[in-house]
Amino acid sequence: MRVNRLAVTAVAILTAALSTACAGGTDEPSAQSASQSAAPAGPVKLTYWTWVPNMDKIVSVWNQAHPDIQVTVSKQAGGDDAAAKFLTAAKAGNPPDLVQAEYQMLPSFVAADAVADLKAETEQVKGEFGEGVWSLVTLGTDAVYAVPQDSGPMMLYYRRDLFEKYGIEVPKTWDEYAEAARTVRKKDPKVFLGTFSSKDPGWFAGLSQQAGAQWWSISGDAWKVAVNDEATKKVAAYWGGLVKEGVIDDMPYFTPEWNKALNDGTLLTWPSAVWGPGVLSSNAPKAKGKWAVAPLPQWNAGENYSGFWGGSSTAVAATSPNKAAAAKFATWLNTDPQALELLIKEGAIYPAAAKGAALMTEAPDYFSNQPDFWQRAAAIGATARGFTFGPNVNVTYNAYRDAFDKAVAAKSDFTAAVQAMQDTTIADMRKSGFSLAQ
Amino acid sequence: MAATTPPGTRGHARPSPRRPLGAVPTGVLVLGAIYTLFPVSWVVVAATKSKAELFSTSTFAPGTGLLSNLADLFAYREGVFWLWLLNTVLYAGGGAVLSTAVSTISGYALAKYAFPGRNLIFNMLIGGILVPSVVLAIPQYLLFSKAGLADTYWSVLLPQILHPYSVYLARIYSQAAIPDSLLEAGRLDGAGEWRLFRQVALPMLTPGMVTIFLFQFVAIWNNFLLPFIMLGDDHKFPLTVGLYTLLAAGANQPSLYNLIITGTMLSLIPLIALFLTMQRHWRTDLSGGAVKR
Repeated sequence: MRVNRLAVTAVAILTAALSTACAGGTDEPSAQSASQSAAPAGPVKLTYWTWVPNMDKIVSVWNQAHPDIQVTVSKQAGGDDAAAKFLTAAKAGNPPDLVQAEYQMLPSFVAADAVADLKAETEQVKGEFGEGVWSLVTLGTDAVYAVPQDSGPMMLYYRRDLFEKYGIEVPKTWDEYAEAARTVRKKDPKVFLGTFSSKDPGWFAGLSQQAGAQWWSISGDAWKVAVNDEATKKVAAYWGGLVKEGVIDDMPYFTPEWNKALNDGTLLTWPSAVWGPGVLSSNAPKAKGKWAVAPLPQWNAGENYSGFWGGSSTAVAATSPNKAAAAKFATWLNTDPQALELLIKEGAIYPAAAKGAALMTEAPDYFSNQPDFWQRAAAIGATARGFTFGPNVNVTYNAYRDAFDKAVAAKSDFTAAVQAMQDTTIADMRKSGFSLAQ
Repeated sequence: MAATTPPGTRGHARPSPRRPLGAVPTGVLVLGAIYTLFPVSWVVVAATKSKAELFSTSTFAPGTGLLSNLADLFAYREGVFWLWLLNTVLYAGGGAVLSTAVSTISGYALAKYAFPGRNLIFNMLIGGILVPSVVLAIPQYLLFSKAGLADTYWSVLLPQILHPYSVYLARIYSQAAIPDSLLEAGRLDGAGEWRLFRQVALPMLTPGMVTIFLFQFVAIWNNFLLPFIMLGDDHKFPLTVGLYTLLAAGANQPSLYNLIITGTMLSLIPLIALFLTMQRHWRTDLSGGAVKR
């Protein structure tokens, strides 16, 4: 019997929430939280796993204002390992009450019944978030599995000084980008306009989103997987052609050689996300004031789309005995103006809440040459479109690394690599017992 | 020896104790030393580079940022580095001491007492050597969670106390270093088994224990996966896991390479110091063996 775990979970949690709402908390699982809220014996203690820098400072502001709900931050390593660690802890029965969940990992948490539905608790703050971001935490269901924290709309970072030097215009379409890549190679064979990273599936997913891809969707109680849809194949074929032609480099991002290229000016652009300034200022401090941002090049002239790379949310563990208190903290952290200001200032993140944009006034130091940095970012952010992530994104992302590593090395067809991602994803979902609509 | 080195002049009348390949083993060792010291020297040089220099100057050109790197590292999250260092010393020191004690007693018992099931136990231990501890980390985590010990200091200490390879070493060493006749003589003189172990066996086992201690100390010091899985509270992290949180800072945060490299360099110092101070016990080993024979 293959049952869609996500849908079942959603229904189960929803009915549980409804019955508690109607009956006032009489069923067994919520007995603890009910008794806890009835007789508060000392402050509620919550643990919170996150990797946002300086989160302990932000939380201490909350702790001072809320002596009855005390949150302890435990700073973790971020990324895929963090998700695996949380899932293991949830399976073993001792997860933290609150956890930072990247959008692409949230569905796997939901599928493992590891996070709670916060629909009732987040009813009031729903309006604070844009529809695109909100759909990332509902996964297109009626439930709400987390409160959005930050988002990563994508834009084009480019070296303004070197663009002038080589006489290139900021590309408005991907065709112009390809043309510019050829021009740069002709003018200086040591320099590349950009590079294709076979190690950053999140980046590729964002570019596919811009092109209109929908890798996963839920129809009825079955998943539909379309990693190999036309939009994605178009993106892959485009970059594959440039790599094969030799006009785009193929070194991965976040590597020492990439850092070096950023520093010595042999790499001119980086299609990245709004969090780019932090990375650039840390990895290429010498190029301060030389980079600028523009919207991503478009597939068709006159269009205006972007995608998302990165971003995360705050989820509450399904087994937490203090769900209500945890949800209260999660909504405060991600919607309260004071908290948002701290997240921007101390955590260096780009808040997902709509009013966050108004708080970002001063351009990042690294971009002091572009005083309207955040206004541009907000305008670009409004054009970003995402898609629903599936329950096994880590498998898909690993398949990306495997397949594109080989495709880049062999300079072979990139669309075949996309097909490999699709096949691996489907095979894994079948094996895990998800029902698939084909 | 120079006279004997040209081969062929004297035929093979007498096998010389010095092989004509005299320089080759030394050469291989020197190559090995370079191979292992190369990354270490890179860490030392890279730790002196400032953020701007790290990825822009040539690899082995010393930088100017050592002091600011150190200051940044010590200031990072109000000096959490020191806490991690302290935790690591506790895990590695405590774990290695306990492990050495357990290994020595069990190795001695396995070597010097004949009891039913001795070979079975020993064979199981040898089997245990074949199981990499990495494989055990997740089952151990699930067990510790059941026992309510996950995310405690014990969850990192306990699994590292029993180390099959150390027991194996201790048994082999006990067998070779303690003559049965010596123990017999002690028994005839009326010494109890505990006293025999403490006053006769232990002093002779010291070099072996030092070896076990160092093995375990280094293994625990460098261990990553077990504490990574076991610990949720970042104030209990050892250096390996702690520095990893600086590296994997999340997709949208820059990795703090300077601090990681500087922290790595500092974490090497205690290990080097430990080896330098413990070396003399190994020398005792050699001379002790010479006297007995």
